[in-house]
Amino acid sequence: MSFPLLTATAALPALGAVATAAVPAARRTAAKWLALLVSLATLALAVVVLVRFDPDGARYQLTESHAWIKAFGVRYELGVDGIAVALIALTALLIPFIVLAGWHDADPLETGSRRWRPTQGFFALILAVEAMVIISFEATDVFVFYIFFEAMLIPMYFLIGGFGDRAHEHGEEAAATQRSYAAVKFLLYNLVGGLIMLAAVIGLYVVAGNFSLAEIAQARANGTLHMATSTERWLFLGFFFAFAVKAPLWPLHTWLPNAMQESTAPVAVLITAVVDKVGTFAMLRFCLQLFPEASKWATPVILVLAVISIVYGALLAVGQRDIKRLVAYASISHFGFIVLGIFAMTSQGQSGATLYMVNHGISTAALMLVAGFLISRRGSRLIADYGGVQKVAPVLAGTFLIGGLATLSLPGLAPFVSEFLVLVGTFTRYPAIGVVATFGIVLAALYTLVLYQRTMTGPVKPEVSAMPDLRARELVVVAPLIVLLIFLGVYPKPVTDIVNPAVKQTMSDVQKKDPKPEVEAAK
Amino acid sequence: MNPVNYLYLAALLFTIGATGVLIRRNAIVVFMCVELMLNACNLAFVVFSRMHGNLDGQIIAFFTMVVAAAEVVVGLAIIVSLFRTRHSASVDDASLMKL
Amino acid sequence: MEKLIALLIAAPLLGAAVLLVGGRRLDRVGHWIGTLLSTASFVIGLVLFAGLLGRNAEHRTLIQHLWTWVPVESFQADVTFRLDQLSMTFVLLITGVGSLIHLYSVGYMAHDERRRRFFGYLNLFLAAMLLLVLADNYLLLYVGWEGVGLASYLLIGFWQHKPSAATAAKKAFLVNRVGDVGLSIAIMLLFTTFGTFAFGPVLDHAGSASEGKLTAIALMLLLAACGKSAQVPLQSWLGDAMEGPTPVSALIHAATMVTAGVYLIVRSAAVFNAAPDAQLVVTVVGAVTLLFGAIVGCAKDDIKKALAGSTMSQIGYMVLAAGLGPVGYVFAIMHLVTHGFFKAGLFLGAGSVMHGMNDEVDMRKYGGLRTYMPVTFVTFGLGYLAIIGFPGLSGFFSKDKIIEAAFAKGGTEGWILGGAALLGAAITAFYMTRVMLMTFFGEERWRSRPTRSPEAPSAEPAAEHQGEHAEPHPHESPKVMTIPMIVLAVGSVFGGAFFSVGDRFLHWLEPVTGHSEGDSPLSAATVTGATMVCLVAGVAIAWAQYGRKPVPAVAPRGSLLTRAARRDLYQDDLNHVVLVRGGEHLTRSLVYVDHTLVDGVVNGTAAGFGGLSGRLRRLQNGFARSYAVSMFGGAALLVAATLLMRAV
Repeated sequence: MSFPLLTATAALPALGAVATAAVPAARRTAAKWLALLVSLATLALAVVVLVRFDPDGARYQLTESHAWIKAFGVRYELGVDGIAVALIALTALLIPFIVLAGWHDADPLETGSRRWRPTQGFFALILAVEAMVIISFEATDVFVFYIFFEAMLIPMYFLIGGFGDRAHEHGEEAAATQRSYAAVKFLLYNLVGGLIMLAAVIGLYVVAGNFSLAEIAQARANGTLHMATSTERWLFLGFFFAFAVKAPLWPLHTWLPNAMQESTAPVAVLITAVVDKVGTFAMLRFCLQLFPEASKWATPVILVLAVISIVYGALLAVGQRDIKRLVAYASISHFGFIVLGIFAMTSQGQSGATLYMVNHGISTAALMLVAGFLISRRGSRLIADYGGVQKVAPVLAGTFLIGGLATLSLPGLAPFVSEFLVLVGTFTRYPAIGVVATFGIVLAALYTLVLYQRTMTGPVKPEVSAMPDLRARELVVVAPLIVLLIFLGVYPKPVTDIVNPAVKQTMSDVQKKDPKPEVEAAK
Repeated sequence: MNPVNYLYLAALLFTIGATGVLIRRNAIVVFMCVELMLNACNLAFVVFSRMHGNLDGQIIAFFTMVVAAAEVVVGLAIIVSLFRTRHSASVDDASLMKL
Repeated sequence: MEKLIALLIAAPLLGAAVLLVGGRRLDRVGHWIGTLLSTASFVIGLVLFAGLLGRNAEHRTLIQHLWTWVPVESFQADVTFRLDQLSMTFVLLITGVGSLIHLYSVGYMAHDERRRRFFGYLNLFLAAMLLLVLADNYLLLYVGWEGVGLASYLLIGFWQHKPSAATAAKKAFLVNRVGDVGLSIAIMLLFTTFGTFAFGPVLDHAGSASEGKLTAIALMLLLAACGKSAQVPLQSWLGDAMEGPTPVSALIHAATMVTAGVYLIVRSAAVFNAAPDAQLVVTVVGAVTLLFGAIVGCAKDDIKKALAGSTMSQIGYMVLAAGLGPVGYVFAIMHLVTHGFFKAGLFLGAGSVMHGMNDEVDMRKYGGLRTYMPVTFVTFGLGYLAIIGFPGLSGFFSKDKIIEAAFAKGGTEGWILGGAALLGAAITAFYMTRVMLMTFFGEERWRSRPTRSPEAPSAEPAAEHQGEHAEPHPHESPKVMTIPMIVLAVGSVFGGAFFSVGDRFLHWLEPVTGHSEGDSPLSAATVTGATMVCLVAGVAIAWAQYGRKPVPAVAPRGSLLTRAARRDLYQDDLNHVVLVRGGEHLTRSLVYVDHTLVDGVVNGTAAGFGGLSGRLRRLQNGFARSYAVSMFGGAALLVAATLLMRAV
């Protein structure tokens, strides 16, 4: 038997979480370094997965399969396709930056504060989330996926509720109240989604007799497993609902602004750049593969919801007074694009959506982490409290601008490629929806530039006049992300090469072909 | 004699026990009434065993006795410690287990 | 030789990277690095030009494939460059004028502490603009398209501490984004129509697509062009863009970037040729803009804004010519190049005037400057003669041809378009003469008066060194600034004649754009004569108003039209009411809806459950006997239900 690489990739951060939590409180710096090392080692393993993965090989690779609960046919089955590999790499890549950016976020509060903040716990929870996200990407057994999809909520709940942002206009007590509100809201939303999915998982078992994604998809494809149309639709809706909450899709989005607003910037990045990706990923992997007919049936409604998300999220972002809420609504808009790409059912749309997940992770991380550095300097999240920062901290302003430009999908930066692919993919099949979505780019420019103008330009406000520029640690966090944004913007081929074959498979699952052009002019 | 008559007896005993549980306040009496209900059930089991001609009912009756014995041990211990702390064996005095 | 194409872009890109990442260490040499790399790009351009000239006309298209950019099934975007006569023309214009303006900026920005960054942005602009004109497919063009938009954003807002500059930069970017929507949709339409968006296959097969689709594509491309080239209805950003440093106005908002829209239309000639309806729209947009810009230019007292109106108007001419089809393509580009010379020269001249006048931009506070700034006066004057189309100078050759071509459109349309173009020529002569007279002639209105009008504060940085209210001491600018002005003036004088002798420019561009002689109802001589009459009329009216009479230092109230033109014909006010106010209300109400309705449903559900559980928990009273009652009750119910089921 070969080395269980996928298990190791998920188990390493899990073990790291336990080890980090076990570090005594007095040696919290050691805990930070341990977490950083573990996350880097995980990144190394993810790179090994990336290298060992053969894009042109079998659909699922590096597979592992062991019997687990025989009575219910649950198997511990792991395997990755191109989409999963890309997202595992993204997750493993972002965690070290998140750890590094949150280096001081969980330090004990100054004396006199009643709140107790275990530093090791913060980093252990981050690693725990990483482990669960990675195994969610790897699981090819619906039951295993479900377990980790739900279990992820536990560490996330504590990260939001326990280590939230201390910047609050009405003092620490109000902050604590709002924080626990946000954490509970996050938990309840996702639990409801998860419960409905649980019902669908059980329903799937009743119909199919096992939980194996490959087996069920196979049986559906060759006709040995017949599902009544209504059954398939109900099951699809059950799965989709959970993923739409996680993604989040309008109108199930309101937990995200609260959660991102109340958590520290690194945790906000963890939510939107890493955890939420499981939702959109699962739409591609489970909804489309298990219920191709129902997916096609629901497509029009989902596309409309996605377009509403795009426009609505962007419009709300324009109206925000709080930097983090603004980024949260921008993310809702971006998730609209991802869902749009997935359900446009074209190669460009789905490859674009996958690429979008990766690029959005990087760009949001860049923007949000710099915003976090900014907020930690001034102790306020309100846009109105800033002004003229560019004069006192040019490097900070510059990186913030690049993060913003990536968010508005400036050509030459990575998100442009994915956004354009999604738009083209949508447009070829649904021109009207494609056109409406395209107007999202104007709104994206509006909220980004308004944010930049209000915080960075203009006369220097007295409160920010002594603001230090980016420190070395912060620069180490931001610089690689920016380099990556530029690199993937001009040369996204390494990612598309991995993703394209997997998308081709998904397209054949749903039995859709790209529309043909009117004139065959190419070659 | 018709075995059904024993069932009537069991039902009567069970009703007496249930009424006792509901209306008496003294924990010891409530406890004895619970025992009465258990034994009413035992009687019914044994009668059913006889009527159907197999031993399942009798075996279950034995189990019930074992459980009842265990319950007596735990229950009496609780009552005694309650009485020690509150100087009363009334079940209505111990109503702290509410939300 | 193809290998050199990438170097054209690489040189300024390297400059931008080095200057922007390099940090303060490079502050002392940064401007020279930028100028050097820009010049290097120009030299490479010259080498390539010589190489192209060495080939015969059919083989002057060079393709350089670098790497596959975005490959997804049938969607194939490559990083490929195409150098043909059209892009070569642009390369020389961009790098040539660009290098001169780099040199000028060395002097102009000498006192700015952020000069290094300024040059970094300028280099970034050059790289993006070169990418725009060298791209071999529309998607790569889009990268350059937005790249110049970004550079423009950064440079307009270069003095970010001024809120007006930051706002103007944002406005420029946003209006351009609306245009970009057009470009995006055009590319998507191209992809669905042709299965590709590379120039070669699309333009070769343009004829075989349905006209409806081609019209849609062309109109979307026009929308993009309107945004970038400040054409009606997306023209509102250009005036505000004058907040940027003057060299930026000269390079980006006069000579190069704003002409990208014309490039796009001419490059897509095959598509437009097959969509006559769209062509008509293009000519209308061009004609309307050329009048709009000219009228606005007449009323502005800010020298840069007057020139901006003029730029808008001149690009209107180019768009008009491009809309006329093969009759006009070559002349659109020719006017674009000559305009690049004289308008850049005029802006540099304006910058030189401002440099000597404590950064005053109000022409009513100028006057009589010709003796103080002889070189500026002469170069500005030559640019002036060129733009109004004085016989023999650049503008004469290029503009005349466009007016001729407009008449050649034929029918009523031809008369209307030609008439508009003629009228535009008269107004051009008027407002440029006005600028000339107010600046260099008349009494010296800057003496012993506060140098600034309170309603038009200008805070270009040199002002900080010279004191706020000191009387200006007009002086000639240093050599590093005057040399570029002289070179551009030479171009303005001889460029048109050089291109037109033996139809050099026509023969050079024809293989790319195609050309057909129009069938004009008027003879060429008649058109030229009419243009001359218009010119003289415009100059005469301006002289009567501003030359004979003294110019009041405070603007008179003016006629209704003057007041409207001062406010850009109320377009900004309309935008403000409809888009800004409307948008604010929309976002505010949406925020409210999100909070009360969408979130309210969720919070309401939560509160409902909370209330319900509050009621239910009263059942848990702690009395063991009441629990027992509910147990017995439950058991009784179960028994009853069982019996009932049996009975049924």
